[in-house]
Amino acid sequence: MALPETQTAPVRVMVGMGTCGLAAGAREVWAALEEELSGACVQLSQTGCIGMCEQEPLVDVVVPGEPRVTYGGMTPERVRRVVEEHVHGGRPVEEWVVGRIADAVAPYRELEFYRSQHRIVLRNCGFIDPDSLEEYENRDGYQGLRSALATDPTAVIETVKQSGLRGRGGAGFPTGLKWQFARQAPGEPKYLICNADEGDPGAFMDRSVLEGDPHAVLEGMVIAAHAVGASHGYIYVRAEYPLAVERIRRAIAQAREAGYLGRGILGSGLSFDLTVKEGAGAFVCGEETALISSIEGRRGMPRVRPPFPAQQGLWGKPTIINNVESYANIPHILREGAESIARLGTEKSKGTKVFALAGKVRHTGLVEVPMGVTIREIVEEMGGGSAEERHRLKAVQIGGPSGGCIPTALWDTPVDYESLIGAGAVMGSGGLIVLDDTTCMVEMARFFMSFVQKESCGKCVPCREGTRRLLEILERIVVGEAEPEDLERLRGLSETVRGASLCALGQTAPNPLLSTLRYFPEEYLEHVHDKRCRAGTCLALGHFRVIAEKCPGCNKCVKVCPVEAINGKVKHPFVIDPDKCTKCGACEDVCSFDAIVH
Amino acid sequence: MLEVTINGRTYWVSEGKTILQAAGEVGVDIPALCADDRLEPFGACRLCLVEVVGAPKPVVTACTTPVAPGMVIETETQRVVELRRGVLELLLSNHPNDCMLCEQAGHCILQDLAYRYQVRRNAYPGERRPALPEDPNPFIAFDNEKCILCGRCVRTCDEVQGVGAIDFLGRGFGTTVGTGYPGGLEESPCEFCGQCVAACPTGALTDKKSRGLGRVHEVRRVKTTCGYCGTGCTMYLRVKDHRIVGVDPDFASPVTGGALCVKGRYGYDYVHSPDRLTRPLIRRHGTLEPASWEEAYAYVAENLRRIREESGPDALGAITSSRATNEDNYAIQKLFRVPIGTHNVDNCART
Repeated sequence: MALPETQTAPVRVMVGMGTCGLAAGAREVWAALEEELSGACVQLSQTGCIGMCEQEPLVDVVVPGEPRVTYGGMTPERVRRVVEEHVHGGRPVEEWVVGRIADAVAPYRELEFYRSQHRIVLRNCGFIDPDSLEEYENRDGYQGLRSALATDPTAVIETVKQSGLRGRGGAGFPTGLKWQFARQAPGEPKYLICNADEGDPGAFMDRSVLEGDPHAVLEGMVIAAHAVGASHGYIYVRAEYPLAVERIRRAIAQAREAGYLGRGILGSGLSFDLTVKEGAGAFVCGEETALISSIEGRRGMPRVRPPFPAQQGLWGKPTIINNVESYANIPHILREGAESIARLGTEKSKGTKVFALAGKVRHTGLVEVPMGVTIREIVEEMGGGSAEERHRLKAVQIGGPSGGCIPTALWDTPVDYESLIGAGAVMGSGGLIVLDDTTCMVEMARFFMSFVQKESCGKCVPCREGTRRLLEILERIVVGEAEPEDLERLRGLSETVRGASLCALGQTAPNPLLSTLRYFPEEYLEHVHDKRCRAGTCLALGHFRVIAEKCPGCNKCVKVCPVEAINGKVKHPFVIDPDKCTKCGACEDVCSFDAIVH
Repeated sequence: MLEVTINGRTYWVSEGKTILQAAGEVGVDIPALCADDRLEPFGACRLCLVEVVGAPKPVVTACTTPVAPGMVIETETQRVVELRRGVLELLLSNHPNDCMLCEQAGHCILQDLAYRYQVRRNAYPGERRPALPEDPNPFIAFDNEKCILCGRCVRTCDEVQGVGAIDFLGRGFGTTVGTGYPGGLEESPCEFCGQCVAACPTGALTDKKSRGLGRVHEVRRVKTTCGYCGTGCTMYLRVKDHRIVGVDPDFASPVTGGALCVKGRYGYDYVHSPDRLTRPLIRRHGTLEPASWEEAYAYVAENLRRIREESGPDALGAITSSRATNEDNYAIQKLFRVPIGTHNVDNCART
């Protein structure tokens, strides 16, 4: 949507049009901007998610020669004033400004959310129009590919190995080594797959990269194709990411047109093209062998490894599967050199990792941090600590359904593959959910167990049957019907599921349960023995009651109670009949005096 | 051949085999429910877990791991036995455990393993696999409650028969096996070869015609060759009280490797049919009348001679049956070519 270029560089207005922005109302903001700016010599463009998801919709005003100004929480109504005062008048509307960007590599230095970030993967997200190849090229796009093509494939692999990059899908296998195996494996043709089947609850790193900087993923894949000798690649992206699918398809078309894909790429001998395959919604298809099955048109069920896909993958041929974030690192490595990644991080975990920071923390969104920062830095400095003063943070859940909880006492654990495993969690793909004292750890374990048992493919016995039995036990615990032996059953059964399951989904399924059992055993014991939930979220435990001293008798609760369980007279304290009460919690929610507790 | 150590003893085993196959060759029994020599390794039941000493991940499925020179394998360590027991507890917790009424009692791997590892049933209360309405076809009974989802039926139908009538449906705990479309097996590409039934390691798939007629310990297994066509499939008749109550394939058969078709597997009713011909009949005045063998031979010989004389040898021809023996078929063509003098000879196996 660029307006005609004029002699002088125009003012540029950018709207964050990632899924997070659109969900918050960016489309309406865009329409209002189009209207307000019509006829004006202003360049209006879209961009991807810059990471400040909580402030969406975001609008940026870039006046040449001045720092870029970001407005948060924009509405069509706010647009008029920003256009009038800032775009035309040159005076930012300070009250809506959420940050300024002076340095395009390290944005928002003044915000604690951004201060410790190191943006390699998210470098272009929020800076370029993802639908514009030209804007990608203007920020050194496809330079990594150019330098790769000027180099011998084995030297490219060597560079990736030297960078120390490990798989960002969660397992952390050294990327360069994987490429080397595939290059050396007998069999032609060789295939390349980008795993974009991001499915952990609360994780959206890969979606943001695909939506905000699709060419970076393509460039990474073409470089990988050169390195391993692949002729065709697939991007397996979940169909629930329609915007990512649309943008990646558009980027592929542009890349073909410009000679970055197809026959004889950039005049070299490399021929490589890509197919987008939309996943039909099974979480297990994020597991690489199930994903391959799915591309082949078969049921998405994992198979036993070895043979690994690098030896026998898609259609039985050597296949590289890397995830979105891994590929997005590659152009940077080839452009800036292995050292640019290797100098960041810890001894065994190099580079950066993107996390989707969510939960009971003041600032949420996407952060990219060097490996080795501590959980405390991410939560307390970048995230700004507890979202509500009166609540105490108690843990982070890291790694989604395969991951675990790390309590505050261990928040000085550095974020690297080995340390997280030592603490009972996993790096995973990057979901990081902050929990406070209103989160019941048993209920959370139950939630993740219900997720994996629904998403189990049903092939192997321990995962199919075991996760269901674990869930049933947890369900008994949260409603206060468990026996003391159930805790032992949980431990024993977890060992069977973990030790005997076929794929990583089952092998890691007990992690959320085991880590909460390890760090918060008292919560389990209270549920089982005292029938008590300290977070107060397990409604089946305990009764709702009115604190007479606090209740002025406003009768709001009486009106919302669906079963007429609240009795009394107006202006006198009310009383809840425990026999009638269905524990729906509506009265507690509606009470303005905190007079209802359970 | 290569040398491996299994449970402390050294063996020479064939190369290119899995641990499960190699152990089987030398008589070490590793339990397995989903493994089947005719099928690609599947790795689903997780009962064949063994330990490979010194491997980075020592616990592996024997059915998918190839043997390597010098491999040291332990098949009954405390670790793998505990895992096996855990898996069996899970299976039995989602199983009717009504062996007393089960067709397959005594011929069921799940039952054998529960006994071998002394696994108590119903370790975990909770939801059970639901019973599904019976498939209306006349041959194959599927009891969803007893299905352990080993996939041997699905894979046999696909990999051995090349039919693909059934597959896994649904996901997770709700996974079942079925055709995926209404109308059951009869509306599917199913040919009722019964290979799925033969592959089932539990009582989930059974022969409807054999229901209640005799279990493995009550029947005599009689090896025979199928009389239906010229292929010569060997098979076992299950015989109780001098009556055939069912047919089992002969997996050792060099001709078929155990494959049978619907006729061989389910078409045995004629053996005991009251309408079955037991003596020759001659049509006289429009009706078939019993006759002795002498009368019958005389009648045939007389008429063959008459027609040959009246109309020449090519007015005659012989069509024989594949259900007759090779020798009988040879004799009849010799009769027609030499004494009668015609090449009008045919057989139903010539397609």
